[in-house]
Amino acid sequence: MPEQTLLSKIWDAHEVVPETPDTPAVLYIDLHLVHEVTTPQAFDVLRASGLPVRRPDRTLATMDHSTPTEPASTLEELEKVALPAAAAQVRAMIENCEEFGVELRGLDSPERGIVHVVGPEQGATWPGHTVVCGDSHTSTHGAFGALAFGIGTTEVGHVLATQCLLQRRPGALAVNVSGRLGPGVTSKDLILAIIRKLGVGGGTGRVLQYRGETIRALTMEQRMTMCNMSIEAGARAGMVAPDDTAYEWLYGRPMAPAGAEWDAALAGWRELEDRGHAEFEGEVSLDAGQLRPMVTYGTNPGMSAQIDEPVPGSGVPAIDKALAYMGVEPGKPLQGREVDIVFLGSCTNSRMSDLRSAAELMRGRRVADSVRMLVVPGSQIVKREAEAEGLHEVFLSAGAEWREAGCSMCIGMNGDTVGAGKLCVSTSNRNFEGRQGPGARTVLASPLTAAASAIRGRVADPRELMDG
Amino acid sequence: MEKIIRIQSRTVVLDIDNVDTDQIIPARYLTTTGRDGLGEAAFHDWRYAKSGELNPDFVLNHAENRGRTILIAGDNFGCGSSREHAPWALLDIGLKAVISTSIADIFRNNSLKNGFVPVVIDEKPHRWLLANPGAEIAIDLEQAQVELPDGPPCPFEIDRFARYCLMNGVDQLGYLLQQSDRISAWEASH
Ligand code: SF4
Repeated sequence: MPEQTLLSKIWDAHEVVPETPDTPAVLYIDLHLVHEVTTPQAFDVLRASGLPVRRPDRTLATMDHSTPTEPASTLEELEKVALPAAAAQVRAMIENCEEFGVELRGLDSPERGIVHVVGPEQGATWPGHTVVCGDSHTSTHGAFGALAFGIGTTEVGHVLATQCLLQRRPGALAVNVSGRLGPGVTSKDLILAIIRKLGVGGGTGRVLQYRGETIRALTMEQRMTMCNMSIEAGARAGMVAPDDTAYEWLYGRPMAPAGAEWDAALAGWRELEDRGHAEFEGEVSLDAGQLRPMVTYGTNPGMSAQIDEPVPGSGVPAIDKALAYMGVEPGKPLQGREVDIVFLGSCTNSRMSDLRSAAELMRGRRVADSVRMLVVPGSQIVKREAEAEGLHEVFLSAGAEWREAGCSMCIGMNGDTVGAGKLCVSTSNRNFEGRQGPGARTVLASPLTAAASAIRGRVADPRELMDG
Repeated sequence: MEKIIRIQSRTVVLDIDNVDTDQIIPARYLTTTGRDGLGEAAFHDWRYAKSGELNPDFVLNHAENRGRTILIAGDNFGCGSSREHAPWALLDIGLKAVISTSIADIFRNNSLKNGFVPVVIDEKPHRWLLANPGAEIAIDLEQAQVELPDGPPCPFEIDRFARYCLMNGVDQLGYLLQQSDRISAWEASH
């Protein structure tokens, strides 16, 4: 008998009521992550119906999206630096969590941060878990071998009230990656190449499972970067079967199982490992050994090219429109294009290894005079850890800004924006029109490419600045 | 929730692929804690010029499109973020349904929960609809088909449960709450 896919194993273990042709499954949710933007209307529904939060112990709350990255540890301080509507939203989050008994990693919490950085950091995301959040990049948590996907606010209300969701089982698509990533080429470049190959709608209705020797060799942070962007191929979720790399990450974290519970959990997780015999709905393959650093040139994450590869010429209306918006010349490589802003941050690339790799490239160098660079750690824990290593000094002495944790310039709703017509090399995940503020032009890239571009003042290949 | 059996209207055509939710409603309008009045923000950066004036070139601003409720959009409509503000905003400007060759998963789910009807049809009738803005058509949920001015109706797939909920105005939270005993039993055994 063929092995079940990871998706099927997790799905079967969480069906409270199996699906029928007439009704979707009632799927149990192990972990519900909540933040300030997609919850107020859901809490309102509970309030209006007199319903409690069913499992506050399975609800992990923090604030990131509209929370400013200027220092503010109280609401009063926040109101001085935040946009008024954002401050009201933060206030609503604090009040809702208090009223419904949900522990909030709030403004004064040393553990606050981007929801998809905080969950894994706390050891809250386990292999085999179902994880949801009112945020499409919930796919990040699939790196641990969890089924993790984004939901809307109505469904946030469903999970708050019942800890369950009504869902149909999606299909599973294998993404097999072989070959070794070359120096200066990261898992961000790899996922951009995969999205380019699948197209931005290529994963619709399906869950991507990343497999193969290349994926096995990645660290957890690198896997998170990949799973994070699964949604940019339209996929419901992305996942990697668990292995020792995942267990080692989890061991000893505050919310991970401990003692005898650890042993029991580990035995269960081993059942989820990939033995290579599962049958998928479809498979795609990619050779990572051939990759060079990737950059996006257009207005969706599928519009990308290797850094020295010419972007498409004119002729296709959608591409023409995108290039015109971006102010990018058709038929020429993006490399060398002048840069106004560099943003190092977001749930895709704001963890220690991201900051370290950028800092390594920037040590002893300066950000070009024409460039503003913003470095925003993914969580307050990452921030402190980076400061303990002196990374902030590397960034600050290079002329970059060093901020409090948050979504920042990934999404133009917290005060950090790029500015109309400005070009930003960004380590985030979306280059949609206006994503980083009205008129902003976004080039998605790895932390290394971002750092190199900051130094050169132009879209630059990090390999030119690397030793050896 | 309002019951929806049939939607009949002339169409508005937005012939652009991969319309993402940041276009449907830019993130800066998500700092609200309510769900009303988001129509002002719908397609904001396409609907308005930088000066703040209405952009006369954008289809939804064309006088003849006022009051029309069915949007025909390019492939992969609604990709991007999970913001339910997207269907809230579309409903608030009077739209009731979108027809495309594919619709992003989370957007489709969010739409169904709010009585905004997402319809996926084959390429051929879709091409016809793109080429014929203002066509008088109907979306019939009972028959799960789109009725065109000429020719046979084109069927579309819709999840049976979702259709039942739309046609009967069922709030899915109520349905889930009815499963409480089974949820408790599941929790007790895990
Ligand atoms: S960093 Fe960006 S993509 Fe990630 S959760 Fe925040 S806004 Fe969403």
